Formats: sequence, C-alpha cells, structure tokens
Amino acid sequence: MKLSRNFLNDYIDLSDIDVYELADKMLNVGNEYESIKRLASSKNLVVGEVLECKKHEQSDKLSICTVDVKDEVLTIICGAPNVRKGLKVVVAKEGAVLPGDFKIKKTKILGVESNGMICSLLELGIDKSLLKQSDIDGIHELEDSAAAGEDPNEYLHFDDYIIDFDLTADRGDLMSIIGMAYEVSAIYGRKVNMPDISFNEINDKVSDKFSLKVETNKCMAYLAKLVSDVEIKDSPQFIKSRLIASGIRPINNVVDISNYVMLETGQPLHFFDADKLNSKILITMGDDFKSITTLDDVVRDVDSNDVLVTDSKTPIALAGVMGSLDTEVSNNTKNILIEAAQFNKTNVRLTSKKVLRSEASSRFEKGIDPNITLFALKRACHLLEKYASGKVNKGILIHDELEKDDKVIKVTLSDIQETLGMNITSKEVVAVFERLNFKVKNKGHFEVHVPRRRLDIEIKEDLIEEVGRIHGYDNLEGKLPVFEVKRGSYTKTGKLIRDAQDVLSNLGLVEAVNYTLARDLNEFSYYHDKITIANPMSEDKKVCRQNLVASLFENYKYNFSRGVKNVNIFEVSDVYYKNNGYDSKVLVAGLISGTYLSNEVQQISLKADFYLTKGIVENFLNSLGLADRYEFIDEELPNNYHPHRSTSIYVNKIHIGYLGQVHPLLSKEEVFVFEIDLSKLMELKVRGIKCRDISKYPTINKDVAFVVDNSIKASKIEKHIRKVANKYLKSLSVFDIYNFDDGTKSVAFNMVFGDKNQTLSDEFANDLLNKIIDEVEKNIDAKLRDK
Amino acid sequence: MKEKVVEIKQMFNEEIKSIDNIKDLNELRVKYLGKKGEIQKLSPLIKDLSNDEKKDFGKSLNETKKEVSKKIEDLLEKLESKELEKRLLDEKIDTSLPSTKLPLGFVHPLTKVRREIEEIFVSMGYDVVEGPEVEFDLYNFEKLNLPKNHPARDAQDTFYVNDEVLLRTQTSPVQVRTMEKSEGEIRIISPGKTYRRDDDDPTHSHQFMQIEGLVIGKNISLAHLKGTLEEFAKKIFGKDVKVRFRPSYFPFTEPSIEVDISCFKCKGKGCSFCSNTGFIEILGSGMVHPNVLKMSGYDPEVYKGFAFGLGIERVAMLKYGISDIRDFYTNDLRFLNQFNRKGGLEDEA
Repeated sequence: MKLSRNFLNDYIDLSDIDVYELADKMLNVGNEYESIKRLASSKNLVVGEVLECKKHEQSDKLSICTVDVKDEVLTIICGAPNVRKGLKVVVAKEGAVLPGDFKIKKTKILGVESNGMICSLLELGIDKSLLKQSDIDGIHELEDSAAAGEDPNEYLHFDDYIIDFDLTADRGDLMSIIGMAYEVSAIYGRKVNMPDISFNEINDKVSDKFSLKVETNKCMAYLAKLVSDVEIKDSPQFIKSRLIASGIRPINNVVDISNYVMLETGQPLHFFDADKLNSKILITMGDDFKSITTLDDVVRDVDSNDVLVTDSKTPIALAGVMGSLDTEVSNNTKNILIEAAQFNKTNVRLTSKKVLRSEASSRFEKGIDPNITLFALKRACHLLEKYASGKVNKGILIHDELEKDDKVIKVTLSDIQETLGMNITSKEVVAVFERLNFKVKNKGHFEVHVPRRRLDIEIKEDLIEEVGRIHGYDNLEGKLPVFEVKRGSYTKTGKLIRDAQDVLSNLGLVEAVNYTLARDLNEFSYYHDKITIANPMSEDKKVCRQNLVASLFENYKYNFSRGVKNVNIFEVSDVYYKNNGYDSKVLVAGLISGTYLSNEVQQISLKADFYLTKGIVENFLNSLGLADRYEFIDEELPNNYHPHRSTSIYVNKIHIGYLGQVHPLLSKEEVFVFEIDLSKLMELKVRGIKCRDISKYPTINKDVAFVVDNSIKASKIEKHIRKVANKYLKSLSVFDIYNFDDGTKSVAFNMVFGDKNQTLSDEFANDLLNKIIDEVEKNIDAKLRDK
Repeated sequence: MKEKVVEIKQMFNEEIKSIDNIKDLNELRVKYLGKKGEIQKLSPLIKDLSNDEKKDFGKSLNETKKEVSKKIEDLLEKLESKELEKRLLDEKIDTSLPSTKLPLGFVHPLTKVRREIEEIFVSMGYDVVEGPEVEFDLYNFEKLNLPKNHPARDAQDTFYVNDEVLLRTQTSPVQVRTMEKSEGEIRIISPGKTYRRDDDDPTHSHQFMQIEGLVIGKNISLAHLKGTLEEFAKKIFGKDVKVRFRPSYFPFTEPSIEVDISCFKCKGKGCSFCSNTGFIEILGSGMVHPNVLKMSGYDPEVYKGFAFGLGIERVAMLKYGISDIRDFYTNDLRFLNQFNRKGGLEDEA
C-alpha cells in the first residue's frame, strides 16, 4: 500500500511531522514499510510561459522557445511535438538535477544556445505506467492557472512523499487513507477529519429507473445511486496527483473519482453506464449464466462460486473483481449507476484468483468496514457533483444485512499483564484504547467497544495485542520461564543422523545438502511409488526424490566441470514416497571420485576405487557398532551401478543398501557411490562396549596360499578358515592375489593364532594350519599353492 | 726399560693426533691395547727386572695403559658424536615440501548452524522433535488457524500433492502434532526442511530450513519469549546483541511479534550490513493463538504458550556473510571448503 503523505494529511494534520519519523513510528506499531520516496525530487524547477516558439532552421523537430519564468526570459530549445506559443510549461533551469542524476547545463544545440529544458512528467520522475501516452511523448501542458515563476512541483501536488507499506494480511482496514489516519491517530493522539459527503439531489429518483433484488447471501450489502448528466473530462490536478502517488493511473474524472473514493475509504466502487443496463438489477450466483465479457475484452467462464451482478438478462460484473465490457463507463457516458457493495471474501478471492487480482478485489478479500459502504457512496456523489457536474438522483437502491454496531469484547487488566508479562497500569491501558478510538467501560474489567472498521479484532487476545503494540514493547523486560531443570533430548533418529554425519566427515567426506524436488525421469532409480507435485514450478522440481545418489552425482558433475576433480561427498536426508499413504525413510549416501590421498613429490597416490569405498562403508558400519554383522552379496543391482563392480550390503541378513561404481554409461570417469538405509539400521540394537583384557601370551603368524578358480571369492575360503581356527584365530587377512594364465589364481592369507590363557606351541599352530588346509581342499576346489 | 714406556707413549700420542674416524681409532686401540699390542708386548720384559724396578715398571706400564685407554675413549666419544651428526645431516629433508594430507571432511554449514542452535536450546531443557515434510493441509494450515482461502495463505505459496497433502511451508505443523500428543508443559524445538513455491534467487529458495520453538505452560508470557530469545541471540551472535520486538501478524499467534536483533557488525549504530537501521530482522514469533491451543486440545484459559520460527539459512547468511541463499544448495566444494573449521577457538572480536 503506497501512502501519500499529502493525501493522509487531508484527514489528519501531520504538517509538523517528519515523514521518516512517521514511518518509524508506524514500523514500531507493526506496519512495516519497504521504502520512503519523494514523488518528484528535482529542484530548481519553475513554471514558465512560452512567449514565442519558432522552428529551428537546421532541424525539423526542434523549436526555439522564448520562455518567461518571471525573473527572467530564457531561450530554450525544445524537441517536443506539442510545444507552442502561450503554453504554461515546467522548466528545468540551469543547475537543476532531474532523476537519474541528469544535470541541466547551458548548451549549444545546432548553433543556438539553450538555457534549460522544458520537461515532460516522465522527465520529472513519474513512473511511465502511471502516465498517459501524451505525457510520455510530449512536454506536460500545465493549466492556465499556473503562474510563471511558481514551483511546478507544488502546483502539480508533486511535493509529496510516498511510504510504501508492506501491510500484514489482517489489516485490511489500512488499505484506505481513512484507516491509515485512524492508525496514525492512535500514535499521535490527533483527530481524524472525515471528508465532505454533502450533495444536492434532483427530483428524479433512482427507483424510477432501476430495481434491486439480491438472491444470494454472498452479497451482504448492495447500495446504488444514480447520477445523471456527468461531464467526462480530465480530473483536477490534486486527484490526478494523489492517484499517481498511490500507484493508480488517472483516466478521466469519473473513473478517477471511483478510484479516489476507494483509496480514501477502502470501499471499492463500480460505476456502470446506466443507459446500457436493463432496469432490474439482480445479484445472484453464477449458476444460471455461462460467461461474461469483461472490460478487458476477454470472455470468461462463470462458475457457481462467482457472485454475479446482472441486469436480470446478462451479467454486468463479476462481483468485486471486474465489470463487463458493454456496461463500462466510456467517453460518451452521461448517466452513472454507482455500486457500493460488500461480497463474501472467499468468493471474491476465488473469482479474482482465476481472473485478476486488482486493487478492488484485494480489498474485498480482506474485508471492508460495514459502516463505510454508504459513506463511500455518498462521497462519490459529492465528488461527481463537484468535479463532473453530475446531478444526483433522489433515493438509493439498498440491500444491507451488515452488522454495524461496535463489537463488545471483555478483557481484564490481569489478562493483559499476564500475557504481556508487563506491569502496565489500568490508566495506561485505557489511554491506549482511547487513542485507538475504542470506547471503554468498567475500568479494570474492561468492556471494550471496538468499531467495525477494525475487522481484525475479535477476541480478547486481539485487544491484548493492541495494548502491547500501541503501548510499545521497548520497555518489556525479558525473563526466562521457570521450569523444572533438565537437559533437553535429541530423538533417536536425530542422534543416528548426527553419528552418520560425524563418522563420514571423519573419513574425509564433505556433507552436501540437496533439494528434495527432482526430475521425474532420471538415470537413477526410484524404489517406491513416487510423490508428485500437482503444481510444480518446473519439470526438474516435480517429484520427491527417493535417491540421494542421484543428487550427489549431480554435485559431482557440477564440481568436475568447474575443475574440482577430487570429489568426496555425502548426504543424509529423509526421502518421501507413497506406501499406503505417505511414508519416509532416512538415507545416507556417499560419492568418492578422483584421488583420495596424494603427494606427488613423495610418490603417494591413493585413487578412489571400489575397495576404498568399501573400506569407508565398513568403517562407517564398524563405528556404529555393527562390526561382524554385515556382509556383501553380489546380486542384481539397480541399473545405475556397474554390474560387476558393485555389491549389495546386508546387515543381519537384511538388505540395507548398495555400494559400487556408477555405471560407465553414466560417467566416463570412475565414480564410486554407496547408499544405506539408516531407518533399517535404526531398528537394530548393538551390544554396549565391554572391555576385555589384552592377552598376555604371544601370538603365532602363519601364511597360507591356495590356488583356486578365478570365479571363487576370497570370502568363501575365509569362511572355512574361520570355521576351523575358530577361537584361536585372532586375525585373518588376504595379503596377496596372483592371477595365473590358466584362469586360476592364488589367494594368500595371513593368519594370527593365539590363546588368551596360554602360549600356543608351534606344533599346535602347525596342526591347526594342516586342519585348515584339509578343510579348504575338501570343501572347495582348491589346492595348497606350495604343493 | 722406563724409556721404552715413554717411547711408546710418545709414539701413541703422535699417532692419535692424526686419527679422525672410529675405524682407525679401533685399529689404534688394537695396536696399543690389544693382546699383542705395544703395551702388552712390554709386560714379558718385567721378569728380567729387579724387584724394585719391577714395581716401578709395572706402575708406569699400568698408568700408560690407563692414559692411552682414556685418550682413546675420549676420542671415541668425540668421533661418535661427530658421526651421528653427519648421519643426521645426511638424513636432512626439505620440510618446506608439500605435506601428505588425509582428506578433511566436515558437515554442511546448514548442519553446523542447526547443531549450534539445537545445542543452545537443548542446554535450556528443550527436546528436539521432528515432523514430516510431506504434511497434511490440516496440520500445515487449518489447525494453525489458517482455514482454506484465508488471505494469509498467499504469503506461503505452497507445493500441493493433492487438495489435502502438501510439502510443509513451515515447521509449525510440528507444534500441532506435539500438542496433540502431549498434556501439560511443553518445551520443544523442531528443525527441518520446508518448502515454498518461490522462484530461486539470491534471497529466496523453494527449499529452506526452519527451526520451530514451542513453549507451553501455565504462566507463560511475552516477557518469557523475549528473555528466551535474548539468551539465544547472545549465544549465537555475541553477548552484546540486543533483541527488539516489533508487532506483526501471523494467524497462529496473538500477539504476534517480529524479532530484530541489534546489528552485531556496527553494534546498532547503523551500517551497510543493517541498511543503516541498526537492526536485523531475525525471526517471527508470538503467543500461541487461543484457537490453535483449542484445536490441539489445550484450554487457553489454563495454558498459554509462545512459539517462534527461525530460518537457519538466514542465521548462517548473517553469521558467515553469505549473500546468496542458493550457495547452500549448489554444493560447490570451493564454497563448502570454507566451512571446514571446528568451533573450539573463539572468533576474533
């Protein structure tokens, strides 16, 4: 809402108050503003009269003007098509600075000296969208009443400030100058002056020509008056300037008056060309009508949520939103039927959502003071009589079911003190209500009479807020609530997520955070039924992702293409999917690529590969207490994985995720990823840490190598070794693989034997070794390498 | 005979002068002190001497032996330390060469800030609770006093899955879910992702993180909200930071408060960081609206509460001077690498 300071000043005297102070006080009572601007900021402007105007000899377009600016007569070259002798114009003299830091200097144009510039309104800084085409193309033609030497900004009412408020959704009352005046009155304790609504009436009656029937309760009030013989012309300058200041483009006196009254009162009006209407005005729901051609010349479908104003035959307006093309006020209009009405907020909202959000509809949506509707109607009559020579007909078409009496709300002093936590006195509370123009009875147990214009106040808490905001929170002293002393807690999920983040970052991975919404189709699998957004903003943010690997792969590509080749990242996040309703789980995923560890000078280089990734996954699971409970099983994997360099991860025989290389068709470079379902791990219990004594007895190292077919996995041999060595096996590791040409390979193991109660003899160890060899050779097609 | 001893001594003294390594020294030792060494060679001669002479000779031979031995030991020590020095010098490396760095991982800046905020409130006795991001309209709006077609819904343009299901636009639905499950006092915070149908630009993101706070009790007031937020602001932005309350409007609170903190860059004097206002907008809050309490099973005549909603990106942007919210979600490692620090050392003033 753009508030013109001059406009506001008409209703409450603020002439002694600095506009910045006013804006800050408004901010302190809860009305945020975005900016404070001057309507036209140029200085050194003066009204001039063109005494002479002749064509420049060397140019078709330029004119040489002699301009009287009272103290002197200036020669000015002007390029505007409409400059002519006798015109009153705005002159920017030498030294003037126009918007855009445009400094006016003496110059020679094609040999002739020019001592200033004759200005258009655009050049004065008025927004293009608020000007008529003639004010954009040519210089501004002042009316004859402007006197040479006068300040044109003052004459044009452009000596104004505009505070652009960002109003909260509850304060529909502030979408009017009168509402603003009441708000400012609560701050400064000054009186609000209501505008003149007097007019004369001729003997013709509106009821001679029109009747009214309201068929729907979605129209709570419909008031109409007839004004005859209007003369359509330009509005007086103050009306035009105030509309411009408020961000509305002036059209002609009649249209401008309807907007002007809306700005003043917050009550949108609609003017119909009375001669284009049938006599029976009928307000009804859209059920019986198919469409309406609105004044923007668009045929719009009508539905049963639309409230329609009709003349019984055709719709003449989508109530509260837009009138019909046929009944619009035109330059030939003589007689006007003025509508001042109130419609159901929700219906106006639904209609405006499909048609157009306008100044009018946004006021209807937020609600309008029931006491202002008739006032606005009369104010429009007053202005039409005064500025459009209109003749107001007797009588009024009226349907009015609005509650108009003050709302009576009770609140006690202790309610106020307890909610605000403030030691405010009864006297201070009463002072606030009085400043707000609310009547108060029964001091202590207040009975507050709230005028209907304050649609936002309904319950005692609303009154408490009024006391708080007008009294001010500056002196509110903060204190901590008194509660039982305890430390708060994290959720189980929260703790596991925290652990996952810490372990993976300790393993050298950087955490990424990605968007939930993703493309519907991508190379990475969705594992469940998708949740799809019904109103997406774009194709690439349409579906809730189920796969963090896809996001990490995008991050990898982004970084790689920017020269960051070593990307080690992870993400922990909820994913959402359909499963008898809506379900979610927590996933953790990682991506490792490029060189994990390197020092070229020292010739150290550890490249990302399957085994490094596997190590990270194992360390991750070990640190969660799952050592010895996981296994890797090769099986069919999602097709974004390399089919022979990837594996499934199981814990306690439950599938928890995947690990492996991104399919080479997706990435030229070797990129490794893993993904683990943390929600599944969440269900597991682990044994607490129980410390055992370190064995005092020495251990014995034994190596053994078997030759097996290439297809046999090392883990298969390991199983048998473990079975035999059992409790004597302190550690087991593969230390060498050698591939022979005949399709076999040698797998060499290092084993450490020991016992916690004694020193093992060499004989015992050899015996154990032989048993192991027997077991392996018996069960697997394997031969001891030495044999 | 004595002369022989003196002669050997002189010879030794002469020879040892030119010794500069342990090997030669050992040879010298053998030459003089060995079983067949020069000194030992003299001892058979003793039998030809008179008793008096025997004693005298024996004594001088012993003294010479000791002297030689000592000189050899002294030199050995010297030579050994010299050799060690040389060996160490040979092992000298260029310490200015590049190090071998294990990759240093770390959490995302949003996680960092989220944890910092969580810890502040957990230490004040708040429980951390979580709620779903795919949420019902009922919880996200209706039970927060925002019925369908309420104009205030415009401020939160929403991603809908269908008429009743949406991506939550705020963490506030967790308030409702928590109240419905609880009786009596509540002290919770609820961090998480939220979504609004805004085009992404430097100050808007269709996905962002909030932390919701909710306190319900019998005597809770706005003063408690202020006290709590003062405590929070001091811990997160520094002890000089002041909290300012500005009246505002949210459908789920009454009174509603917009909270500003004094600019921690200029200490409230006004600078470019705070657009010369001395204050920075930080969060929305207020006393829980009686309708919200009622709809969640709390009697507003008995219980009161305050709630607040804080943007994690907003805090991170202020704290670290980040100017574009999209940076959080691009995961450009050149950006993220700036957050590889722990917080053990205090920042400079």
